[in-house]
Amino acid sequence: MIGQFIDGPLWTFSLAVFVIGVVWRIVTILMAGNRPDLSTPRGSASSGAIRTIFSRSVYERTAATRGRLLQIAGYLFHIGLFALLFFAKPHVDFYAERITGFGWATMPHWAFILSAELAFLGLLLLWIHRLLSPVTRLLSDLDDHLGSILVFLVMLTGCLALAQSFEALRLIHLLLAELLLIYFPFSKLMHTFTFVMSRGYTGATMGRKGVNA
Amino acid sequence: MIEQFEQGVEVLRQQIDARISSYFSSCVHCGLCAEACLFYTETHDPRYTPIYKLEPMRKLWRREHTFWGKLGAVFGLNEPLTEQDFADWETLVYDSCTLCGRCSMICPVGNDITYMIRRQREGFSVAGYAPEGMKEATKRALKIGSPMGVTFKTLKAALAHVERDTGLAIPIDKKGADYMTLFSSMEVVNFPEYIESIARIFQAAGISWTISSKAFEATNSGIQIGNREAAAELVNRIVVAAEELNVKYVVSPECGHAYTSIRWEGPNLIGRQYPFEVVHILELLEQLKRDGRLQLEGKSATPMTLHDPCQIVRRGGVVQQPRELLDGVAETFVEMKDHGVMNWCCGGGGGVSANDRAEPLRLRVFERKKRQLEETGVDTLVTACANCRIILEEGIEEYEMETEVISLTELVAEHLVDGSKNKE
Repeated sequence: MIGQFIDGPLWTFSLAVFVIGVVWRIVTILMAGNRPDLSTPRGSASSGAIRTIFSRSVYERTAATRGRLLQIAGYLFHIGLFALLFFAKPHVDFYAERITGFGWATMPHWAFILSAELAFLGLLLLWIHRLLSPVTRLLSDLDDHLGSILVFLVMLTGCLALAQSFEALRLIHLLLAELLLIYFPFSKLMHTFTFVMSRGYTGATMGRKGVNA
Repeated sequence: MIEQFEQGVEVLRQQIDARISSYFSSCVHCGLCAEACLFYTETHDPRYTPIYKLEPMRKLWRREHTFWGKLGAVFGLNEPLTEQDFADWETLVYDSCTLCGRCSMICPVGNDITYMIRRQREGFSVAGYAPEGMKEATKRALKIGSPMGVTFKTLKAALAHVERDTGLAIPIDKKGADYMTLFSSMEVVNFPEYIESIARIFQAAGISWTISSKAFEATNSGIQIGNREAAAELVNRIVVAAEELNVKYVVSPECGHAYTSIRWEGPNLIGRQYPFEVVHILELLEQLKRDGRLQLEGKSATPMTLHDPCQIVRRGGVVQQPRELLDGVAETFVEMKDHGVMNWCCGGGGGVSANDRAEPLRLRVFERKKRQLEETGVDTLVTACANCRIILEEGIEEYEMETEVISLTELVAEHLVDGSKNKE
């Protein structure tokens, strides 16, 4: 009964909240508007925006030790999670069945395990850093911790479900993923989408000035 | 006072545009920006983390632009922005931020934190929470025409000296000249050699130029304090003078924030484009050199390094020009470890130099520049901003260093083919 609810209506509801919520957040941001820049540009705003959207993913060598740790942990977590989300066979099968109607190439089992380990390592490093560093302790709020905890639990139950192959574990994993989807648009997790805007705005401004940002 | 606070909150509210909304939405509180800020790296005080300096604005954004904030406001669960927030954050916003923009270059989600702090200052200024030194400087700029109280009479006296020393006539209010040149008060008062250098270079290059008796001051205290009306008024004076003289170009002096204000913020402040172009003096000199109109001879044997002024280089886009010019006059040019758009600030930009109470902190964080300089092993530091120059000289004196600070424009003038100055 509960399993059917998690597999059926709750999945549809959480997906709807996620999609509508994300679109609503993005539209809300755009509707705040920007004043047109009347200064004469030295360079191209669009080239600057595109460049910065990608270049901010490149390792920043000028950051000190703590910054290096943050960047490396960030790479591990994001690359690992991306691989898990879009190239793990159980996920691709799920998307094909529930959303897209078609599947795509998946990664081998060893790559799945490696991706999970990298993602876990990255997330734990970032979380430990958040808890220990005086800077992130001062900055962090409930949302920062809640997002980390939810992602961690989704990943953990996903791995357990894969290892144990129990239906109950699969349902717990799906339930947590649904909770994450519902929470997503109202949280910091929105940076998954808004980073393109923030990088783009800065890149455009700096691009007009002829600065590679 | 309550009314003033409410006006400040309203102005702060108006600053939250799509850019700022996207920035707050993207920030994951990673704290990487702290690593880029000399106020944090030199003190290890987490309150100096750049994004933390924006807590008042974030509080307002969260309450009025997010689901949880709006919900919390309905049920009285989250605190509104209070006057105490302004009081508590005033020193973080003005004393520990030079608007240098280094944090904006390192943020992984691309937040232009400097732009946000610049905008936040608008609210603080209206609410009355700004340093007295900056308030007074802004008043003087509006009333007298210069934040340091320099009048045209003072400039004329300086020009008379230049004319006597060079034998050149300095054109004043010459209609139809190609270039109208601006100065910063610091150049007039502390570094009149800069004016002399300009006169000699322009003479040598055959430049048609003039100085306006109505608008010679390039600095803009309104931008530093965050007073939009004052900033617009100061820009408008220059624009009106340039239009009256029908010049093709306005030349921004070496001063960094003057360039940002007249080149990048100016048209947006007055709400229209200029009928003339704004060029930074380094851009112009490099162009003249490239065109063969600026003939230089000899190279200084003394090894030199370059301090990139934040507003000219990182925030202004004049990156290669100083290097091209130095290449023409210095035999040995040593780049600092983090140079160009990632250079470390001198510590006195963004109005910090006009803020007396910030002086002890400013001198403390100068240690970053000191280390950067010492790593080069060079004792001659070239820069292109009068404010940086003063701050660098004060820091050098404080730390009993042997470094000499020189202006790039003055260095170029010393190497003019027909120059009369002695070369090293």
